[in-house]
Amino acid sequence: MYKARISVSKLAVSISLGGLLAATLASKLFAQQAAEPPPPWKQGQPAAIADSKLAPIAPPPLPTAPDKLPLDKLKVKTGFKIEVYAAGVPNARTLRLGDKGTVFVSSRVQDKIHAIVTKDGKREVKVIASGLYRPNGIALHKGTLYIAELYQISKIEKIEDNLDNPPKPTVILGDLPKDEPHGWKYLSVGPDEKLYFQVGAPCNICIPSERHAKIYRVGLDGKGLEVYAYGIRQIVGMDWHPTLKQLYFSENARDWLSEDVPEDKLNRVTKPGKDNFGYPYCHQGNFADPEFGWGHSCSEFSKPVALLGPHAAALGLKFYTGNGFGNQYRNVMFLARHGSWNRTVKIGGDVVVIKLNGDGTFRSMEPFITGFIQNNNYVGRPVDVLPMTDGSLLVSDDFNGAVYRVSRTGGRVAGK
Amino acid sequence: MNASAPGDAELPRIPTCGRVNATKATGRRLGVVLMLLCALMPRAWPASIEERIAPCLACHGERGQSTNPEVPSLGAQTSAYILIQLFLFREKMRRLDIMNDAIKGFTDDDLRAFADTIAKLPPPPPTGDPTDPARMERGRALVRQYRCNVCHNGDLAGRDSVPRIAGQREDFLLKTMREYKASIRAGYEASMAEVLQPVPDADILDLAYFVARQP
Repeated sequence: MYKARISVSKLAVSISLGGLLAATLASKLFAQQAAEPPPPWKQGQPAAIADSKLAPIAPPPLPTAPDKLPLDKLKVKTGFKIEVYAAGVPNARTLRLGDKGTVFVSSRVQDKIHAIVTKDGKREVKVIASGLYRPNGIALHKGTLYIAELYQISKIEKIEDNLDNPPKPTVILGDLPKDEPHGWKYLSVGPDEKLYFQVGAPCNICIPSERHAKIYRVGLDGKGLEVYAYGIRQIVGMDWHPTLKQLYFSENARDWLSEDVPEDKLNRVTKPGKDNFGYPYCHQGNFADPEFGWGHSCSEFSKPVALLGPHAAALGLKFYTGNGFGNQYRNVMFLARHGSWNRTVKIGGDVVVIKLNGDGTFRSMEPFITGFIQNNNYVGRPVDVLPMTDGSLLVSDDFNGAVYRVSRTGGRVAGK
Repeated sequence: MNASAPGDAELPRIPTCGRVNATKATGRRLGVVLMLLCALMPRAWPASIEERIAPCLACHGERGQSTNPEVPSLGAQTSAYILIQLFLFREKMRRLDIMNDAIKGFTDDDLRAFADTIAKLPPPPPTGDPTDPARMERGRALVRQYRCNVCHNGDLAGRDSVPRIAGQREDFLLKTMREYKASIRAGYEASMAEVLQPVPDADILDLAYFVARQP
C-alpha cells in the first residue's frame, strides 16, 4: 500500500514539474524524482526554491525560566490582562480541565503528560504519565483521562484521585498507523460520549492510504471504530458547537505551493460519516491542487466555514460558554494559531476570536492575543486554549513550556 | 553527584578532578586521595565547566575531533542541537547507557552550559583518508537529491537545532543514518526517520563518504 501510494505521488510530482520546465531539464528531474521521493514535509516543493532556508522549527527541549517568559511582548485585547499561569511545563500542548480543577497538559515531542494543581493559592506542576510516544492528544471525561499517542489510545481512570501515584495507562485502541508525519493526534470526547481523533496524511501532499486523512470515532471502550469525516490533511484542534452540537475543527493546509495559497481552514461536520473536506484534491474550498486536483472540482467537497491564513498553523480551538468575558464573548470560539514555518514572513503566532452566526456560519475573526512573533522570529508559540470555570482563558505555549491566563481587567473596560 | 547541587557553595575549596596540584607532602597525600575519589566519583565537587567537560572529551576527542570508532566529533556542533541530545539522553528518550549514566542528575543549567561550551570547540577537520573523486561526485549529487543542504545548510555546518554534519566521522554518520532508517533512533522531531526511510543503503554509504570529507 505504502509503495503504491508513493509511486503515484512521485509520478504526479514529476509530471507537474515537467510541465513547468524545459523538456531536457524535465527528463533529468524525472529521473531524480523517480529515484526517491523527497522527505514528506518537502513533497511538492518546487525545484526553483530547493535552496530555501524554510524548515520546520523544533521547540526548545527545556522550558523557559519564569522570569524570561515573553509576557511583556504579548498584547491582549483592551479590557483583558495576561499573566503566567504555570511555567516549567515542557512542550506544553493540549490543555484539558478535570472536574476537580486540575489542568492537564500534553506534549508532542516529549514523553510526558503534566498536571497543574492549584492548592492553597500555589500552583504545582506534576508529571502524571511518562514514557509515552508523542502523546499530543488528551481528553477528560467523567474522571477518566484518555491519551492519544502516535499509534494508540489509552486511559487512566479516576486520574484526579491519583495524581501523586497514578497507575499506568491502559490501552483501549492499538494498531493505529505509525507514520511520523502528522502522526500526532488530537483527541476529543463528543456529546455522544465517543472519542474523536484523526489520522493525518503521512506527507505534505500525497494520495493517502485508506487508513489516513480521516477523522475517526470510537467508543470509550475502544470498540466500534468508524470513519466520521474524510479528506483532511492534519488536525490539531476540535471542539463541539455549544448549541448546534456539530464538530468544528481546524485543518492545516499543504506547504510549498506558494507564500499565500492555500490557507488553513476552519471546518465543521454537518454530514457525519459523509463529509469530505477535499484533501489532497481541493484546498481552501476553492483551489484545486496543481498536482492532484486534475479531474476534480472543489464543488465535490464540503466547504470550509472560514479561512484562517496561509501556513498559519491553526491549532487548538474552544467555544467559550462562560460569563467571565461578558455578553459579546458568549459562545464565541477562541483559536490558537501556532504560526508559520513555510512562509518567508511569518504569520499567525496569535490567538484569535471567531464569531459565528446563529446557523454556525462565519461572521468575523479578530486578534485576541498577539506578539508571539517579534522581528520575524518566535518568542513563543500558542497551541491550545482552555476556558476555565472562573471565566478566564488559559493558553499553552509549546515553545516556552508555559501556560498563560487571560482574564478581564474590569476597571479599564468600565472606562471604555 | 551533581556538581551544582544545593549546598555545594559551603564545601571547602579543594583541588578538583581536572587540576590536582600537589606541592607539599600533605598536598600530595590529598592529591592521591582525590585522584582515587575522582576515579570513583568524577563529578564529586564543583568544577569549572572546562574541567567537567574533560571526561566527555576523553571519548569525543580533546579538541572536538573524535578518534574513537562510532563516537561522534562534537567540535562546532550547534548549541541548540547538543542541548536537545543531552536532554534526550537525560530523559532516556535516547537510549545509550554510557550517555544516560554520564548525564544522570544534570540540571537544566548543566545541560545548557555543556551545550554552549561544546559548541565553541573548533570544527573537526575532514578525514584525511584518501578521496575517490567519483564517489565524491555521487555523494555531492545525493546531498542535493535528498536536500540535506536545505536544513543542514549548503556547507553542511548546520544551524539552530539542525546539526553540523560536515567533517563528522564517516562510521558515525553511517551508523546514525542506518539507525534513523530502521527507526532505531526516533529523533526529537521525526524528520530524519522519514527522510531516510526510502534511502537505499548504497546511497547512505556514499552520503557518509562525502559528508565526512567536507571541511
